[in-house]
Amino acid sequence: MTSNDTFANFGARAHVDAADWREAIDVVGALLVEGGACTPEYVTAMAAGVEEFGAYIVVAPGVAIPHARPESGALIQGSAVITLSTPRDFGNPANDPVDTLIAFTAENKESHLESLQTIASLLGDDDAMASVRSAETNEELMAALQLAKNGDQS
Amino acid sequence: MISVATVCGMGLGTSMMLAMQVRQVLTSLNVEGKVDPIDLGSFKSSPSDIVVTTRAMEPQVQGTSAEIVLIDNLVDREEIEGKIRIALEALGK
Repeated sequence: MTSNDTFANFGARAHVDAADWREAIDVVGALLVEGGACTPEYVTAMAAGVEEFGAYIVVAPGVAIPHARPESGALIQGSAVITLSTPRDFGNPANDPVDTLIAFTAENKESHLESLQTIASLLGDDDAMASVRSAETNEELMAALQLAKNGDQS
Repeated sequence: MISVATVCGMGLGTSMMLAMQVRQVLTSLNVEGKVDPIDLGSFKSSPSDIVVTTRAMEPQVQGTSAEIVLIDNLVDREEIEGKIRIALEALGK
């Protein structure tokens, strides 16, 4: 597998306070906007997707992957990660509450496949997810994510 | 050869992650299949033998003649394999 430089390339924030699922999406979306990955409209579209289709972005217990269509305002491909100090319900009975959000942008329907593969293998790795969840500082969280990312290349 | 559509709202996140998992499951079951990620807007015009989506999308995938497989945990290989196996049996494959 080739190297994947777009996983968590727009930053990570550990143990963020968010009042509800919408604020959690706003916080992780702000990392993408600040980094130039997308416009604010893209963040609005990520939340609108949950309203329109339900909480299907909660793909595993405790984990949501907010995203929107490339044409909703994606500029550069990448992702950002936050963990929540207090897990929040997104409306997905099987997998709520959510404590980890991995938001991503895609330039087209193929460009982000490597990122998705990294995300899937991270979520399937209980030890790596334990490190992500227990990280108390942004630096610890980024280190845990880097480890997962590098592990994916082997 | 069976055809599988993995469906989500936008056809590029959840459905692609599902497609990766379903392809691996079919390979491990030795089943030849074509797996296509697809968004809700186009899924009704793209018939397939099996439709795989997340439980949250259940209301949106009604009205298809395909076997519907609803997944809770997209990274739980056992769950996905077990449910795909049941769908294959229902199709007589």
